[in-house]
Amino acid sequence: MQIKVNGKNLEVAEHVTVQGLIQFLDLGNGRVAVELNREILPRSEHDTQVLRQNDIVEIVQAIGGG
Amino acid sequence: MNVNTDKPLQVAGQTYKSRLIIGSGKYRDFQQNRQALQASGAEIITVAIRRVNLGQNREEPSLLDVISPGEYTILPNTAGCYTAEEAVRTCRMARELLDGHKLVKLEVLGDQTTLYPDVTETLSAAATLVKDGFDVMVYTSDDPLVAKRLEELGCVAVMPLGAPIGSGLGIRNPYNIKMILENATVPIIVDAGVGTASDATIAMELGCDGVLMNTAIAEAGDPVLMASAMRKAVESGREAWIAGRMPRRLYASASSPVDGTFF
Repeated sequence: MQIKVNGKNLEVAEHVTVQGLIQFLDLGNGRVAVELNREILPRSEHDTQVLRQNDIVEIVQAIGGG
Repeated sequence: MNVNTDKPLQVAGQTYKSRLIIGSGKYRDFQQNRQALQASGAEIITVAIRRVNLGQNREEPSLLDVISPGEYTILPNTAGCYTAEEAVRTCRMARELLDGHKLVKLEVLGDQTTLYPDVTETLSAAATLVKDGFDVMVYTSDDPLVAKRLEELGCVAVMPLGAPIGSGLGIRNPYNIKMILENATVPIIVDAGVGTASDATIAMELGCDGVLMNTAIAEAGDPVLMASAMRKAVESGREAWIAGRMPRRLYASASSPVDGTFF
C-alpha cells in the first residue's frame, strides 16, 4: 500500500505499524517524533498503531539551529 | 549591590548560572559545536526541528547524541515557521521528541529577507502554546508594547531582537530595549543581532537578563575562542550593570586632588 512519509510517496507492507515503518526506514536508533495525519503520535503508541493506505506520516528529529 | 549577591537567571522555575544561551546552527560539525558550547559556559542550547532524511545513514551520531538533554537544557525553536499554526505544530513535535519537555523558543517569521518576527502570528501562537501548557520563550521585535503583551499572555521570557537574525549589527535600538526592561517582570533576553563580544556586553549593561546568539559564535574565525569571549562579555556586562556605571559628564573631572600642589 502507499503512504506518504515526509512528503514522499512510499510503498510499504499492509498492516505495518509505525514502529515497523521506523525500522524499515532504518531510523530505529535515533530520537524521532512522529505525526500521523497531522496528529502527534506518542512514542508509546508506535508499536500498536497500524498504518493505512494514504496515511500521511511526518518523522522529525532535532538538528542544529539558532 | 555586590555581584556576589546577584540573583541567577531563572526561567520557568529553573535556575541557570550562565546568562548566555547559544544556538547549534552553522557549526562545521557537532564536535566544534560541543567545544564552543563548553567554552561558552552556556547551559541552554537551541535546536531546530526538521524532517529526518529518508535514507540517511543512522550510524552517524545525531545532534542529541553529542549534546545530551541530560547535560544541557535543550531549547527547541520554531525557526522557519511563518504562521502560528506551523509554530504550534513544531512545538508539539518538539515536546514529543523530548519526552514532554515544555520549554520552547517561539519564533514566527514575517519575511525571508529580514527574518523579522511576524508579531500578529507570534501573539496568536504564544496564546495557544501557553494554554497548551508550554513554557514559552518568545522571539519578538524591540517594540515595548508587543513585549509587554507577550508577557501578559504568560510567556516565561521575552526575547527582543538587537538586529536582524544573523546580521551581526549589534544592538541597534538600545533605548527600546531599555523601555522593554523598565516594564518587564519576566526575563528579557536579547535574541539576534550580536556580532562580537562588545555587543553582548552592551546588551548586559542595559540590564538584560541574558543574551541568545548563534551566528556570532558559529561564523567567527575561531568559534571556540569566540564562545569563550562571549562568556566573558556577558559576565562582564552583567557585573558592570550590577556595579552601576558612573554618570556621563560633558566636561572633565580630575582624578587627582586639586589641593596640595607645590608649584
